[in-house]
Amino acid sequence: MSNPTLVMYEEEFQEVNDVIERLLTEANAKVIFLVDKNGQLISGVGETERFDTTSLASLTAGNIAATGGLAKLIGEKEFSILFHEGEKDNLHISIVGGRVILVVLFDRRSSLGLVRLRVKKTSEELSAIFEKLVKKSEEREKRGSSDFPFAEITDDDIDNLFS
Amino acid sequence: MSFINYASREINCKIVYYGPGLCGKTTNLQFIYQKTAPDAKGKMISLATETERTLFFDFLPLSLGEIRGFKTRFHLYTVPGQVFYDASRKLILKGVDGVVFVADSQEERIDANIESLENLRINLKEQGYDLDKLPYIIQYNKRDLPEVMSIEELRRELNATNVPEFEACATTGEGVFETLKAVAKLILIDLKRGK
Repeated sequence: MSNPTLVMYEEEFQEVNDVIERLLTEANAKVIFLVDKNGQLISGVGETERFDTTSLASLTAGNIAATGGLAKLIGEKEFSILFHEGEKDNLHISIVGGRVILVVLFDRRSSLGLVRLRVKKTSEELSAIFEKLVKKSEEREKRGSSDFPFAEITDDDIDNLFS
Repeated sequence: MSFINYASREINCKIVYYGPGLCGKTTNLQFIYQKTAPDAKGKMISLATETERTLFFDFLPLSLGEIRGFKTRFHLYTVPGQVFYDASRKLILKGVDGVVFVADSQEERIDANIESLENLRINLKEQGYDLDKLPYIIQYNKRDLPEVMSIEELRRELNATNVPEFEACATTGEGVFETLKAVAKLILIDLKRGK
């Protein structure tokens, strides 16, 4: 298959959260989300309870996919940054390490310049974490270690989900 | 590509409903949405035109419960069925874990079904997938209408590889959950094998 399953472990999850928490403060943002390119929410910090995070993740990924399609049509690899300006709130969306999407929601207490600057630095840190994560998954796969929770499920477990 | 999060103990999978225009993909999702308990579903999103034709996709997140302490979530997507939205269809297939092909059982739509199925194979291949290796189900929809083809005929035209198939009437919901359960089960079996 072209895409291996993305696996997130506790250790890296904590690292990712620490990094985006810091970005939240430094960029004076309201909410920050990290979404994978297929539309699954990886993590979110800030005023997340105010938003429908699942929908937000799916639409963000759709947005990135559509602009990616546009980029290819005009001969670009991708548009790595999208910016949506609203009356009160703005969205800064960027691709990190070619694999995940960083969404920063901010209002007039911050500015596009500040967000761009802070996002740039954060992106490098996040890229490193995700690279480490990919390597870790590959190594585990090579070793054939089956800490995978689904290896031992039974047909009954699956049937029970639908009962 | 499923996403497993050990930290929040969640597993997320993506199911795509594919098929020709007006075959009932969105209606499948709408029925699922209506009949699912509020705590098990998120908001359904439809990016549609003013005449309610799907423009980009419909999206419905479902939470099925837990397996071995892991919350199991399925994200259901439909593609726009109309031929000229092909660029959008390709995008929706990214990261797919399982496919439901919704066929329109009416005789007059058989060519559209065949064309859409061909298109599915091609678009999957472009993303590096092989339909024959993916969890894949066929649903023969609109069984309640007159002038429908027999299941044997539909099978001959659309199901050469003999994948699991279901008869349905998405407007009344007949066969809708059976289809969903079957594809979800195939995905989980795939995960079990560690694919």
